Amino acid sequence: MSTVSTHPSAQSSTARYLVRTRTRLSAVAGGAGLLAVLVLALLPLTASRGLLQDLFYLFTMLALAQCWNLLAGFAGLVSVGQQAYVGLGAYLLFALCLWVGLSPLLAIPLAGLLCAVIAVPSAFIVFRLRGPYFAIGTWVLAEVFRLLLAQLRSLGGGTGMSLPREVTNEAGFVAWTAELLHVRAPVARDIASYWLALGLAVLTILLIYRLLRSRPGLALAAIRDNQGAALSVGVDAFRIKLWVYLAVAFVTGMTGALVYLQKARISPDAAFSVLDWTANVLFIVVIGGIGTIEGPIVGVIIFYLLQSQLAGLGSWYLLLLGLIAIAVMRLFPAGLWGSLAGRFDLHLFPIRRQLVLRVGSLENGPATGPSSHKNPGGNDD
Amino acid sequence: MTTLVDIVLQGVLLGGLYALFAAGLSLIFGVMRLVNLAHGDLIVLAAFLMLALTRVLGLPLPVAALLCLPLMFAIGYALQRLVLDPVLGKDILPPLLTTFGLSIIIQNGLLEGFSADSQRLSGGGVETLSLPLGGGLAIGLMPLLTFLAAILVIVALNRLFYATALGRAFRAVSDDPEIARLMGIDNRRLFAVAMGLALSVCAVAAFFLGMRSNFDPTIGPARLLFAFEAVIIGGLGSLWGTLAGGVVLGVAQTAGAALNPEWQLLAGHLVFLAILVARPRGLFPRATD
Repeated sequence: MSTVSTHPSAQSSTARYLVRTRTRLSAVAGGAGLLAVLVLALLPLTASRGLLQDLFYLFTMLALAQCWNLLAGFAGLVSVGQQAYVGLGAYLLFALCLWVGLSPLLAIPLAGLLCAVIAVPSAFIVFRLRGPYFAIGTWVLAEVFRLLLAQLRSLGGGTGMSLPREVTNEAGFVAWTAELLHVRAPVARDIASYWLALGLAVLTILLIYRLLRSRPGLALAAIRDNQGAALSVGVDAFRIKLWVYLAVAFVTGMTGALVYLQKARISPDAAFSVLDWTANVLFIVVIGGIGTIEGPIVGVIIFYLLQSQLAGLGSWYLLLLGLIAIAVMRLFPAGLWGSLAGRFDLHLFPIRRQLVLRVGSLENGPATGPSSHKNPGGNDD
Repeated sequence: MTTLVDIVLQGVLLGGLYALFAAGLSLIFGVMRLVNLAHGDLIVLAAFLMLALTRVLGLPLPVAALLCLPLMFAIGYALQRLVLDPVLGKDILPPLLTTFGLSIIIQNGLLEGFSADSQRLSGGGVETLSLPLGGGLAIGLMPLLTFLAAILVIVALNRLFYATALGRAFRAVSDDPEIARLMGIDNRRLFAVAMGLALSVCAVAAFFLGMRSNFDPTIGPARLLFAFEAVIIGGLGSLWGTLAGGVVLGVAQTAGAALNPEWQLLAGHLVFLAILVARPRGLFPRATD
């Protein structure tokens, strides 16, 4: 990290420094985040079904957006084919529930796991393409999955099929929810799905946060800032990108499975829709701010507000989304959150290492001046 | 045997159409390293432009098609200057996302303007003519003309690239944009001209697309994928390679369709993936990146 060399006494002794990522604001934000999750978890006690269904959608989109952000914003793998894993996860859920008779609660993580397994040979193919060509390659792959599953008559072929009620409404955890809250099965199903989506979104964020603060996260940042330099100090860029791709396939697959458990009706065109599962996700990340964990959270809220206000406009709405995305990219390349964070040095999920002087280790200077260099998520060079 | 020959023949001719789709994509990538995710939608836009010119102004189709060449050039020039230039840079993300947004805008704009109905350019019966080759074989006049047009476009682009001052400037900018600028080349204007040219080629592709098959506002992305596959199969940087890539793709699709009509697209994609695995740099590689 460039901060080491910019400090005058950095060469003399590194032991005088602490590498720190926490800031005072992040500690406050952590507490607030915990509280927010708690409130959201208790929301089904009072909220209407409609609100819960909306929030379910919002949470699943947030999980997808975090995944894509990790892929494109942190690992530099710009995919426009993540709908491949949404659709695969969804179809795997149907297959596992209908053919194997698994409980949906088990089928969701298993579907994610199988997605990660399928992602191995897929990565072998698409990783042969670089940069922008990788993007279209992933799209082709998604099309292949869509066309293959459309051939599968036993899962509804091209027209699709529905999950029977035994699977959706009479699953164990739905019954448990119904008993716990004394509600009817359809309501219990919505609430259970809501909790699963909330859990998935929170886990996804925590997972990515942990990853980015770990050694592989440091390697990712190094690759992003300067791939040549990172390779020269022994960072295995291919390996780490592969792991990110697989991990993202896992979470994306689980999200797809959960979404279609709730929808209970699947068709190849919907499950592999580039518009629903990639364009919207890209919009969320771009608006919020790519390369930050906070960005997709901000983005999904804006996306939700726009959609609830304007979705009635039909194709004008999508046209508007496209225009907004292009305008934001021009005016605020770092997204709304990225611009704010850069302006006021805000980091709710601090992933940037800061070198801090140990108190008393040096002359008299300010003891804990976080060496700030302001480039939220972007490249220095 | 006859069916086999027929499959190959029809596939090769279909490949001409895919080469036309791909030529513009290849041109833009070659000159400015931009992968235009709205490429397919721009082809569809050109087809609708022709449709509008014939329907609204009552122009005969050939006149409308010819008029579309400068129109699409102007659209490309303006698009590059106003929208794409500002986002071009070292980072590949902004141009990709911008063209992706553009794709959504064009699709939904066309949906709003022309509805989701299937359309067709009507050539007054020319599109159904075919030439009998004997032995039960026949080739359609339009597919043949498409293939010839593809060859013509490639010859013209190659001449432009290797035998004119403009082409030299294109190659210079492609090799090293910074040095080219030091030598007095106006990169931005050149990029705009390249985009204009690419969209004129899109207009040619759109004419044959619209004459041969139905189109609606949502078919753009699939055309982008065909174009992309043709470019990668053929190998980056070679227009003749792109034609070969289009032919491979066309034959694969035709063969797949002959086995089962639902397998047409799947067969094309699978052959593409197989070639990507076996020869990652394509059949006739030229460029190094």
